[in-house]
Amino acid sequence: MGQRAFLCGNEAVAEGVRLSAPHVIAAYPITPQTVVVERLAEMVEDGSVKAEFMHVESEHSALSASMGASAVGARTFSSTSSQGLVYMAECLHYASGGRFPIVMMNANRSLALPWSIYGDHRDSMSLLDCGWIQVYTEDAQESLDMVLQAYAIAEHPEVLTPVMINLDGFVLTHTYELVDIPDWEQAREFLPPYETVNKLDFDAPKNMAFSSNPGNNLEFKLRQHRGMLRAKELIAETDGRFQSIFGRSYGGLTEAYRCDDAELIVVSVGSVTGTCRTVADELRNEGWKVGVLKIRFMRPFPEEEIIAALRNVKAVAVLDKDISFGYEGTVFTNVNSALSKAGAEILKLNFIGGLGGRDISKDHIREMYRRLQDGLDGIAQENVQYLGLGVAIDERG
Amino acid sequence: MIEIRWHGRGGQGSFTASKLLGVAVTLYGSKHALAFPSFGPERRGAPMQAFTKIDDVRIRDRSEITRCDYIVVLDETLYRQELLSDLKEEGKLILNASRPEKYQEQGGSRIIALDATSVALEILNRPITNTAMLGALIGVSGITGVESVLEGMSHFLKGSLLDKNRQVVSRIYDEARRLQDEPTRIAQIR
Repeated sequence: MGQRAFLCGNEAVAEGVRLSAPHVIAAYPITPQTVVVERLAEMVEDGSVKAEFMHVESEHSALSASMGASAVGARTFSSTSSQGLVYMAECLHYASGGRFPIVMMNANRSLALPWSIYGDHRDSMSLLDCGWIQVYTEDAQESLDMVLQAYAIAEHPEVLTPVMINLDGFVLTHTYELVDIPDWEQAREFLPPYETVNKLDFDAPKNMAFSSNPGNNLEFKLRQHRGMLRAKELIAETDGRFQSIFGRSYGGLTEAYRCDDAELIVVSVGSVTGTCRTVADELRNEGWKVGVLKIRFMRPFPEEEIIAALRNVKAVAVLDKDISFGYEGTVFTNVNSALSKAGAEILKLNFIGGLGGRDISKDHIREMYRRLQDGLDGIAQENVQYLGLGVAIDERG
Repeated sequence: MIEIRWHGRGGQGSFTASKLLGVAVTLYGSKHALAFPSFGPERRGAPMQAFTKIDDVRIRDRSEITRCDYIVVLDETLYRQELLSDLKEEGKLILNASRPEKYQEQGGSRIIALDATSVALEILNRPITNTAMLGALIGVSGITGVESVLEGMSHFLKGSLLDKNRQVVSRIYDEARRLQDEPTRIAQIR
């Protein structure tokens, strides 16, 4: 048994990092991620984390330094948010291409302009293609636990891919709740020290972070892609091993809630899933056959799980906290692609909400289920709808 | 679920009060809780809110609190009568007021007014009323035992600050308990 504590999401992540025994931490503070940097700095100072804390002048440098550390075989942690994440964009691709298994927390926050420090998913969703594994957590406990799991996945020799752990800014980073902090010995049992051949080594010199030419670039990129696909199998396996040691489980790439006989399903990402669960419970009590499908990993994308969970339902609402300007919500595009491949004849609607920190209430979720039912009852529905806007607009007409 | 909203100004410790309550009911009680601030930048002096949700089971819904069991107002200048419409049917507004009797007619039994600032000034030498109003809330509501609050305070306060704030909580708690038995429910604590 671990130790019970009342922590915020940022502090829970810091505890997860401590238990992962990193060698190097390089991060630059930014709201709403600042507290994780502060706690880790304190832990390094008081000796509870025996890591080198690299003070850097920017996020670009934070991730560059992380790559340098990872390239000598060090277990490395970083964290950022929003503008900091997009400032890292160049290095994100570098790190995944170099197969450096860095773990980084991202506090999901809106992107400027207009300037906003509040939460939504536009930062990480806009970087879905940077080659990082992306997981989204629902509460502080999952955030802590996923740091340990992330290293186990990232460092697997057949994966060697960095992991971005996404916590909703403020809603998770700043909310205090009950957290179980695992024992140090249990963490050691779960996460052995990082061993890799992908490092600068005087005894086994090799060429790293090199150039490619048209004759071999595709082969490198294909290997990188396969590493990410390998993670797909490893994620559920890792969670199973985690459960056998710590007694907690999060499922695999997705988690289905009351979906077994459901006719209407809301697909959600991140902390809003909790509100969706609460509404599903209420509607179930009122006789509705509803469920929630939580997407935990956006990359690798859980295509098979989504098809299995949704192919026999009547209608699906995908809740996006982002817009891919000129099209629709990014989560919707991905879910729709999976379902289309399965040839499933399902009503699919996209709901965009929670941008720039706007609250998504239980009434909003209820409204989503109601719109699905309306659609099934023959009342025409816009393909893309906006929560809390007050009017319905569909760009595609 | 018990839903509490704290109203104060940046620097007055509303968020700390919401956390202290959360620690008390979780680590020193057997309940679950979420404690969070109104999301945004923290600016000294600017009106802000904090929230505590308490339940016997794990709390999944993280949306903001709009209907409150208790509204605790740390700063009298933030009180307005419209706040009462955010209360649930049996809800109560607990107000720090320099002249508590002023609010007797406005809210009837829905407002419980106490002069927390005087107590804070006397014991802490500073007009910081977050722990005082926490004591008042516990006294009025009985959400948790005062012992759990006094113990839990060690998680966020240390040294003489902890001792003095414990005195503040005990003092106001007793007063608030006494108020529960009085019809007027106002107090001038000296």
